[in-house]
Amino acid sequence: MALQPISDHSYEKFLNEEELMGSKCNSCDALFVPPRARCVDCHSTELAWVAMKGTGKLAAFTCIAIGPPSMIEQGYDRNNPYCCGVIDLAEGPRVVARIEGVDTLLPESIKIGMPLKAKYLHRQSDASMATTLAFTPID
Amino acid sequence: MNRRSQGPYWYDHERKPDGKIVNKKRGLNRGVAMVGAGMSSFGMFSDRDSKDLLLEAFQEMLSSVDRGIDPNDMDALYLGNFTNDFFVNQSHWGAIVADALGLVPKPATRVEGACASSALAFREAVFAIAAGFYDVVLVGGFEDMSKKSTGEVAQGLALAASPYELAAGFTFPGVFGAIATAYFQRYGANREHLMNVTIKSHQNAALNPKAQFQSTIKDMMASKIKRAKAQAGPVPNWSDEKEFLSDPKANPVIAWPMHLFDCSPISDGAACILLVGEEIARSFTDDPLYVVGLGQASGRALHAAPELTSFEATRSAAQEAYAMSGLTPDDIQFAEVHDCFSIAEIMHIEDLGFFEPGEGYRAVADGLTKLDGPKPINTSGGLKCKGHPVGATGAAQLIEVWKQLRNQAGERQVPHSELRIGAAHNLGGTGGTCTFTILERR
Repeated sequence: MALQPISDHSYEKFLNEEELMGSKCNSCDALFVPPRARCVDCHSTELAWVAMKGTGKLAAFTCIAIGPPSMIEQGYDRNNPYCCGVIDLAEGPRVVARIEGVDTLLPESIKIGMPLKAKYLHRQSDASMATTLAFTPID
Repeated sequence: MNRRSQGPYWYDHERKPDGKIVNKKRGLNRGVAMVGAGMSSFGMFSDRDSKDLLLEAFQEMLSSVDRGIDPNDMDALYLGNFTNDFFVNQSHWGAIVADALGLVPKPATRVEGACASSALAFREAVFAIAAGFYDVVLVGGFEDMSKKSTGEVAQGLALAASPYELAAGFTFPGVFGAIATAYFQRYGANREHLMNVTIKSHQNAALNPKAQFQSTIKDMMASKIKRAKAQAGPVPNWSDEKEFLSDPKANPVIAWPMHLFDCSPISDGAACILLVGEEIARSFTDDPLYVVGLGQASGRALHAAPELTSFEATRSAAQEAYAMSGLTPDDIQFAEVHDCFSIAEIMHIEDLGFFEPGEGYRAVADGLTKLDGPKPINTSGGLKCKGHPVGATGAAQLIEVWKQLRNQAGERQVPHSELRIGAAHNLGGTGGTCTFTILERR
């Protein structure tokens, strides 16, 4: 794991293996998810991979009725919206991800602050975006 | 301290502990003035392309120069365009536009900064004049969006989002929808507060002959009721604008809580501005406007931004422009702000310092940002109603400031006896590029 170069490409490979990985700055301890190869806080280039637990809380969300062509192909539309959210990870950083397991036709039922856990959506058909990071409510 | 009183040449160098010298302040080595402005109508035009719209804007700009301008006297062109490459499969628009306007062999430079493209073009032109390289420069902005399907346009606009947002499935309305939920949660606002922005935008646009939607929400309700009666269908009985905007048939969800009437439209349009060196401005007009504040900043994607309810790049750009001009938010008498979505207008009026964080939605509800309020915002109707041909928007916002400051805004003229300072805020992507430009009439 530690041998993988820190890049979006490696991050996506980890997602494919159902691991949510970030990078931590050896100089100032700043934590980045998705990972950065260069620390934007202190400009150090010494960063190391760290694994995230994959839990967090919902910070913001939207239920999308009019999606891009790629989502329409997957069957999402006005009658079947999909949810995207911003998640505050337990470790601190924020990520954006798909939110599954919520009632997208009743957005009022989706609560900011609700606890979530990571889920990995694998799509065989599309090699370039093989795995989409998602989160789902913890019962 | 008012830095403008220090004369055109000033530097504020700072020596760092390691001995290096950096310029921490901002200023122009030569003043720059706006002496002409024109824009095309904004709308969806199946039979007109970018060149046609630019020709219209250019012609209106030429006639706006009080003492006239010979196009041959223009030194260069700076043109803002987001992505005609994608929208009409044609790149290299600098030279194409120079040729269309009859300005070959003048140098033409295309500038890209997503929806802030032409505000960046304006800055580049200001810098070229301030450096003393040119005296008379044309700034243009244009976008031709309506030739593609709605889905394709969404795809094109999404080119300006971050790759992480796209991977998650976010659209632009989706990003602003998520921001709205965070704002609601933090400050106790709700959808009704967003409706206040929409209602005001339509009221202003009804008075703007260039706007894409020249009607108030009440006008739209009346025409829908009339149509329903004519078709002998069920006649809606909305009691007021908010009931209309709450009706999912009239105002469907795009990306909850963003509904159709929270979103700026797909538009075609172009805008042109003429900038000259300050010392020659009065040979073109007795009433030039002076560029007194310039700010531009970059911001991070949604997940990396310090806050979900504020754009860091807007704050930085505003700080820079206020510092350069010596002005404060209270000095800005009216402003055009980048209301690509209703929630965005509320955030910007807070980020620009007009209202405290969390107070923007109350200010709109109290009518403070109306045309006759103490801080009129988006007198043009804003992006929501004037239209949002993305590459033209930044220049078009400055043209509204021009019209208001010169008392040429017609029915939507801000009713203030002495307008002197106006500003425009332009935003690209999901806050990745922001500008704030302050103009002064002397």
